[in-house]
Amino acid sequence: MKSRILSIGFLAMVLLAFPAVLSSYQLGLLTKMLIFALFAMSLDLLVGYAGLPSLGHAAYFGVGSYTVSLLTLRVVNNFWIDFPAGLLVATAVSALFGLLVLRTHEAYFLMITLALAQVLWGIAFGWRSLTGGDDGLPGVPRPDLGLPWSLSEGIPFYYFVLIFFALAAALLSIIVRSPFGFALLGIQQSETRMEVLGYNVRLYKYFAFILSGFFAGLAGNLFAYYNGFVSPTYLSVIFSATALLMVILGGAGTLVGPALGAAIIVYLENVISAYTERWLLILGMIYVLVTLFAPDGLVGLLRSITTVFVPRVRGRG
Amino acid sequence: MTFWITQLLNGISFGMLLFLLAAGLSLIYGLMRILNLAHGSYYLLGGYVGLTVVGVTGSFVLAALVGSVTVAFLGIVMERFFLRRFPKQELPQVLLTFGFLFIFADVALWIWGGNPQTLPKPGIFSSSIWLGSIVFPSYRLFVIATGLVIGIGLWWFQERTRVGAMIRAAVDDEEMARGVGINVSLLSTAVFGLGAFLAALGGILGGPFVGVYPGADFEVLILAFVVTIVGGLGSLKGAFIGGLLIGLLDNFGKALFPQLALFTLFAPMAIILAIRPTGLFGRR
Repeated sequence: MKSRILSIGFLAMVLLAFPAVLSSYQLGLLTKMLIFALFAMSLDLLVGYAGLPSLGHAAYFGVGSYTVSLLTLRVVNNFWIDFPAGLLVATAVSALFGLLVLRTHEAYFLMITLALAQVLWGIAFGWRSLTGGDDGLPGVPRPDLGLPWSLSEGIPFYYFVLIFFALAAALLSIIVRSPFGFALLGIQQSETRMEVLGYNVRLYKYFAFILSGFFAGLAGNLFAYYNGFVSPTYLSVIFSATALLMVILGGAGTLVGPALGAAIIVYLENVISAYTERWLLILGMIYVLVTLFAPDGLVGLLRSITTVFVPRVRGRG
Repeated sequence: MTFWITQLLNGISFGMLLFLLAAGLSLIYGLMRILNLAHGSYYLLGGYVGLTVVGVTGSFVLAALVGSVTVAFLGIVMERFFLRRFPKQELPQVLLTFGFLFIFADVALWIWGGNPQTLPKPGIFSSSIWLGSIVFPSYRLFVIATGLVIGIGLWWFQERTRVGAMIRAAVDDEEMARGVGINVSLLSTAVFGLGAFLAALGGILGGPFVGVYPGADFEVLILAFVVTIVGGLGSLKGAFIGGLLIGLLDNFGKALFPQLALFTLFAPMAIILAIRPTGLFGRR
C-alpha cells in the first residue's frame, strides 16, 4: 500500500514536471497519450473487469467528439455547455446500446457491439450536411474557460487534459477497488455463481457499460479539443480494435496496463508513420505478435518475470 | 416500375453474396466457436485475385476458381497455424483475426492500389433481358441462381452426406464425435477452408456489380454480422433468410435514404435482439 502511494506520487511529479523538459511537439504527443490512455482504461472496465469484450468502443468516444465539435461549431461555443453535453450524449448512447447488447452473450455480443458502432460510423460518413461526411468537422477551437492562460497554448492545454486524466484515473481506481468493482470481477469469473449469491448481474453489467461509455465520451470530448478536428475515423472498426489492442498489450484487468498500452501504440504510430505508409500492416502484425507472445500483456509479462526472480507472491497488484 | 424491379434484383443478388459470407461465418462458428473477423478479407482477396486472373486469362470461370481456391488455402493456413492454438479463447481469437484483417487490408491496398475496380461480367451475361418495357440485368439473375444452387448444395451436403452428418455431430458434441472416431481436427480445417472459399466466391461474383475496393472487407464483414445477428449463428437457413432480408434492406436503404445508409440496419437488429437475442434460427 505504501509503495503504491509512493509510485503514484512519483508518477504525478513526473507528469507535472514534463512540460519543463519536453519540446512542444513532444508535449503534444504526451497529451494525446493521456487522452488515449483514458479511452483504453474506460474499455478495460468492460474487458478486464466485467468480462465484456466490446468491439465497438469507438462509438462512445466518437459520439463525444462529434457532439462537442458540432455544438462548438454550429450552436454555441461555450465550454460549460458543450463539454457536459458531450458527456451526456455519449453516456446516453451507451445506455441505449447497453440495453441491446447486454441481451446477448459471447459471439453475439462481439458482433452486435461492432455492428452498432458501425451504424454510427455510417451516419457520420453518410450524413454530409450534418457531419461533413468523410471530410469530418475541421476547425474546432480550444475551449475558453475564462482563465488567464489560453488553452491554445501547448502547456496550459496539457495541464487541462492532465487534470481530467487524473480525476478520471482516480475515479476509475476507486470504482475497481469498490465492492462494485469486485462484483464485476466475480461476474467475469462466473455469472451463475454471482447470481446465486444474490447479485443482480444484469444491472451490474449495465452500470459498468454506462460508466465505461461515460469515460470513453470524456476521452472523446478532450480529443475533439486536442485535435481540433473530428472525422469518421474515430468511430471506425479500426479505432475500436486499436483500443482493444491497447488494453491487451498493456494488460487487461489493471488500470496501469491499458494506459501503458495506449502510450506505446500512440508512440509507435507516431514514429512508424513518419517512415512508412504501411502503419496498418504493422499494426496488424503487432496484434498477431501480442496474441502469440504476450497474451497477458506487458503487465502480465512483468509479473511473470518478478515471480521468477522474486519468490514472494503478491496478491492483486 | 423498372426502378423497383432493378432495386429488388440488386437487393436479392447482394443478399446472395451476404448469404455466401454468413454461411461460412456461421459454419465456422458452429464447429469451432471462432468468430473470424478476417472473414471480410476473404471476400476482398477473392475479388482481387479474381481481378488479376481475369486480367491475365480473360476467363471469368477460371478467375472464380483460382480466386476461391487461393483464398481457401489462405484460410486453411490461418486455421492450422494460428487459430488452432487458441481453442475457446475469445479474446486471443478476436485479436488474432483483427490482426489478419488489418494485414490483408493493407497488403491488398499495397498490391492492387486504392482505386475501386470492377470485374468484367462473363460474356454471356453482359447484356440485359427485356420483358416488355422492363429491363432485367441478366448478370443479377445469374448471381441469384448461383446463390440458390449453392444454398441447396450446402443444405444437401449438410443433411444428406456422410461428411455433413459428421459436421453436425461435431457441432452438437465435439467430444462425443471424437470419441466415435470422427477426425474433428481435419473436419475443422476443411470447414474453415470451405468458409473462406464461399466468401471469396462472393467477392468474385460481386466483383462485376459491387466492385472491389479498399474497405469492402470491413463493409461486408459488418453486413455479414448483421445477417448472422438476425438469422442466428450456426444455421444455414438463418444465413439464407437473413442474407436476403439484409441485402434488400441495405439496398433499399441506400437507394431511398442515402444519408442514413447503415441506419436502416439498426431497426431490424434492435427488434430481433429485443425478441430473440440469438437470432431467428439460432440455437439457444
